[in-house]
Amino acid sequence: MKALIDPQKCTVCGVCEDVCPVGAISVSETAAVVSDDCTLCGMCVDTCEFGAISLPEVGTGPKDDLSAYRGIWVFAEWRQGAIHRVSFELLSAARKLADKKGVPCAAVLLGSDLDGVAPSLLEYGADTVYVIDHPNLAAFTDEAYADSLVALVREKKPEILLAGATTMGRSFIPRVAALLQTGLTADCTDLDISEDGLLLQTRPAFGGNVMATIICPNSRPQMATVRPRVMRPEKDARNGRIEKVDLPEEVFRSRVEVLEVIPEEDTTARLSEAEVIISGGRGLQKAENFRLVEELAQLMKGAVGASRSAVEEGWAPPSHQVGQTGQTVAPTLYMAVGISGAIQHIVGMQGSKVIVAVNKDPEAPIFDVASCGVVADLFEFIPAFIQRLKKEG
Amino acid sequence: MKIVVCIKQVPDAKNVRIDPNTHTLVRQGVESIINPFDLFAVEAALRLKDRHGAHVTAVTMGPPQAEEALRDVLGRGVDDAVLLSDRAFAGADTWATATALAAAIRKIGDVSLIFCGKQAIDGDTAQVGPELATILDIPYATFVKELDLDGPDHLKVVRRTDEGTEIWRLPMPALITVLREVGDPRVPSLKHKMRAKKASIPVWGIRDVGLEEDRVGLSGSYTQVVRVFSPPRRSDRVMLQGSVEEQVEQLYRYLKEAKVPGL
Repeated sequence: MKALIDPQKCTVCGVCEDVCPVGAISVSETAAVVSDDCTLCGMCVDTCEFGAISLPEVGTGPKDDLSAYRGIWVFAEWRQGAIHRVSFELLSAARKLADKKGVPCAAVLLGSDLDGVAPSLLEYGADTVYVIDHPNLAAFTDEAYADSLVALVREKKPEILLAGATTMGRSFIPRVAALLQTGLTADCTDLDISEDGLLLQTRPAFGGNVMATIICPNSRPQMATVRPRVMRPEKDARNGRIEKVDLPEEVFRSRVEVLEVIPEEDTTARLSEAEVIISGGRGLQKAENFRLVEELAQLMKGAVGASRSAVEEGWAPPSHQVGQTGQTVAPTLYMAVGISGAIQHIVGMQGSKVIVAVNKDPEAPIFDVASCGVVADLFEFIPAFIQRLKKEG
Repeated sequence: MKIVVCIKQVPDAKNVRIDPNTHTLVRQGVESIINPFDLFAVEAALRLKDRHGAHVTAVTMGPPQAEEALRDVLGRGVDDAVLLSDRAFAGADTWATATALAAAIRKIGDVSLIFCGKQAIDGDTAQVGPELATILDIPYATFVKELDLDGPDHLKVVRRTDEGTEIWRLPMPALITVLREVGDPRVPSLKHKMRAKKASIPVWGIRDVGLEEDRVGLSGSYTQVVRVFSPPRRSDRVMLQGSVEEQVEQLYRYLKEAKVPGL
């Protein structure tokens, strides 16, 4: 199967030919022609201003009675006592989607010794908070978390299930989707309801160079993980209720044994959680100079990132690397210090809200994605900026 | 011990870019590379082989030209390779991809350990590994940065999570998805390259792995792409002007106005 061309609409303009990342489109005298190299990536569809390109439909029709599924659920991520902020963000988003569809909105809380934890979820718009409280859920394992959530989904049949795209969500939610035999879209940055009531899931692909909107037409629930810090948490209490759920013992089993959980004490190392990241690159010239980045990060209560070259030079450990082979981050503030902005780096940070670039080369590609550019010698600028921050505080 | 490494050929990130002037997608070439995280997976498998002895098979699903990727990893010391290639596989989402890989791994048979990269750099979903393990009904660990055998049929791994690290023990067969910390990929050696050149790589279609058309490719997928478009462009860029002192003051005010935390 390959992309479909409507020869009536095709004007032979050739735009799609230039866009196809696998070179599968050529333009004949009468219409664009798609070769067997087509991977159905969809990149060409939106670039055709005449609407001549479409993709064939997935699947072989609805799996079962889709109308039996109702309501929007959010997996509430609990970590030793606290609920992760992303769960409140998602609940606020889910509340709006539920109102748009006219269906109930629920949160599902998994963990151990959960007394007193659930009420906070009611404040963010849940009509119901389902609580699965079991000692085997004290430490996270993919099997116990997925299998107990799946048991509840099978019983209650929600039409949509959302979770945070954290390391926890990205690890066990694919198991949930596979057990339920339904579609899953990772790392969404926007959610909406289509005219025919389907969940429109928009996410970055190719490292954020393109956006894709994805639907799950034939199976339920429609599942998505959503990037933290994209949605805004808003209090919206609705007289919801808390329901404790009893599930058969076998859903709490795990073949994996958790030997140790070691929290990272050094907050400058927690990149994926950080609201502020200060990153250093080759422009810092040597290991000692990396302290400038660390000092600024500490002052702003942020984490320390590094470009691939800074890691290869040994100035920062690999766990701090931002970019294609390191971590993808999207903090509120990303400050790139002495980083030129190779594409491998850009794809790992371009989703950040505010990007500040400090580089002495005004032609550096990092300025193409910056919201605020500082063309300066970082060895003058950063110490002066640190002084300015100290003066205020 | 039999190990399978799943790899994927992906378009080079340079291929898919937005033209800064026209804001449309432009292709800069059609070269493919091996997904960088999959090279770490290959390295993790080869290190385990170096320490304990193992037979390492690389598997990829893709068009006929994905064979290049398999020859590359054979050149790095992988023992043999299988190419899953069939027009019916085209358009697969992560579920249909995992279904096809699971069928291939069942056909290979008696596999103790499966390695995958953390995620592929084109889709960035990180879903195929966990879905594959679930279909095969084996335990898995994601985001692994260190691993070794722990007794004859267990594996001990160190995972990196958002909050820190975790040490897990898994019974084999198991599936592991790896981070770059497992080790930098070795370069192809002359000896292995010669062997890789001559190696015959079997090509398996859907019938070879016992699947029907409706379970693979677009027909076997649950998710449908309805639109692919250029991300909205940042139109708000400011370039600071003046002396260093002036720039410092401007940045400070800029961040205050943007209500950035940490000030």
